Amino acid sequence: MYTFALKMLFGDSARFYGMLLGLAFSTLLISQQASIFVGLMSRTFGFITDTPSPDLWIVDPAQRFLDDNKPLRSTAVQRVQGIEGIEWAVPLYKGLLVVNLPDGKRQMSQIIGIDDASLIAAPPFMLEGAVTDLRKPDAIIVDERATRREFMMQHPPEGGPPRPLRVGDTLELNDQRAEVVGICKATQTFQSQPVIYTTYTRASQFAPRERRMVTMILAKLEPGADVHTVTEAITQSTGLSAYSSEQFVAKTLGYWMRETGIPINFGTAIVLGFFVGIAVAGQMFYNFVLDNLKYFGAMKAMGASRGVLLRMVSLQALTIAVLGFGLGIGITSTFGLTIPGERLAFRMTWQIPLIAAFAVTLICTASAALGMWRVLRLDPADVFQG
Amino acid sequence: MQARDPSSCAVRARGVEKVYVTGDTQVVALRGADLEVHCGEIVMLVGPSGCGKTSFISIIAGLLARNGGSLEVFGQDPQRLSSEARTAWRLRNVGFVFQQFNLIPTLSIAENVAIPLILQGGQRRSAVTRGAEMLERVGLGGREGSSPTRLSGGQQQRVAIARALINAPRILVCDEPTSALDGATGQRVMELVAAAGRAPDRAVIVVSHDDRIYHLADRIIHMDDGRVDRIETPAHRSSHV
Repeated sequence: MYTFALKMLFGDSARFYGMLLGLAFSTLLISQQASIFVGLMSRTFGFITDTPSPDLWIVDPAQRFLDDNKPLRSTAVQRVQGIEGIEWAVPLYKGLLVVNLPDGKRQMSQIIGIDDASLIAAPPFMLEGAVTDLRKPDAIIVDERATRREFMMQHPPEGGPPRPLRVGDTLELNDQRAEVVGICKATQTFQSQPVIYTTYTRASQFAPRERRMVTMILAKLEPGADVHTVTEAITQSTGLSAYSSEQFVAKTLGYWMRETGIPINFGTAIVLGFFVGIAVAGQMFYNFVLDNLKYFGAMKAMGASRGVLLRMVSLQALTIAVLGFGLGIGITSTFGLTIPGERLAFRMTWQIPLIAAFAVTLICTASAALGMWRVLRLDPADVFQG
Repeated sequence: MQARDPSSCAVRARGVEKVYVTGDTQVVALRGADLEVHCGEIVMLVGPSGCGKTSFISIIAGLLARNGGSLEVFGQDPQRLSSEARTAWRLRNVGFVFQQFNLIPTLSIAENVAIPLILQGGQRRSAVTRGAEMLERVGLGGREGSSPTRLSGGQQQRVAIARALINAPRILVCDEPTSALDGATGQRVMELVAAAGRAPDRAVIVVSHDDRIYHLADRIIHMDDGRVDRIETPAHRSSHV
């Protein structure tokens, strides 16, 4: 009977394709919007995940998220270094500066100044040049995405057609010369500004002079040191807050989730996707069962048990759910693979297909349950009523 | 009327009552209906709308519970069985021909005919083969792969008859089998029911308003106001209860 159940489903082609597209569209909306949301949110803490070496991120207690810079005194680095359980502590500069391109274009960019000696917090992936090239005079490393977009030179100094910024080119940061010594790959920032790496000392020279130049302190725990004990000690002796990478990601993410309208905007689209599924696919499946009720009734009269009929409806619901979900998630994946990540924040984590599958299952279960209820309530004698 | 062997009684109903209750409203459909149908016999249950014919055959077929009276169908009271056992009993013993055919349009006609066999646990492939053979018996050989929607009303009813007979039921229940058909087609369909359904170990009960097919019955049972009013034979339609 299960083959017949599937034939009943596939045979009603108009309704079958309607249900299939409804569920696929619902899955697409849910998974695509969720993936963009996750991608966008990932950009808010991308620098933290791009910098795996420190165990602790030490910032001003008033700092609410990664980019909410509250500069620290430079002496704080030595004070943190002196705390028991700290293997090393280095300063980090992170700020926005205006970059002048050789062709006269100006571009606000994010400058990251890493410790001169250790080069801790250097870019995670180098595409050209080496991190140690930062020790050369005026050296900077630029992220690859920016070389093709914001730093694309429309009028190169040597003439010729527009070309991407490349190693050897010079820029001006706050009216000071900087030479590109390397191209790296870095996670795109939330505001999509170009990212430029240089040393802490050079970044301090590029940046307008301020009394406090250390944006945050990165520290490594000694082997066997207890994170909780060390962070408590940092807070007590310096008045600063210390977070593990996971905690700092959570704090940053929490700020964006709580303080901005982004989750509501994306959440609305996701909920909309769910209701589209209910309204289109769920209702169509319920109508499909209603339209077939007389056949189920005839089968019930002929001797089909309740179990057989319920399994037939369940199989139909499961089949349409699997096909609709598969098509929807396939379209979402194609979309994610096709659209370049620099244009669209898209990150489909393993939880997203699970959430979409759960939503589709819920839609199909609800409509199938309603249909089954009608099938169970069906009086086989009704088939004689015409 | 010729005396019959009591052991050959297919259906024995005595004082069957049925009341439908909807809220405070009670509708009495059967007020003590009596009926005996013998093996090898074709009876027609006739009467005005609302006289209780459909309720009576629904009770006999084990689809509906009665409120009073007694019933034996081949020695078994279907109401004494559990719901699951009654479903299985229907599957083994009762064949149905519905007024609206109830053929599933997305299945081939052979697959439609095969449904009772598959419900009995038969393999789909062999059941469909048997379905095709059964279709040949009702004059639809070679069309087993067709969709029901491509057949005329008379052909669809022949498919429904094949479906009703495929598992060799002991009682065949037909509800207005000719009402959706024109006169000539209805006549042919009823001749088919009579030919295929009549067997020494089987009884056929047909509910019908169509007096053009009464001559195919052994007896005509007239119902009125929830009771059997009188019984006729086609040849002698004036006999009374």
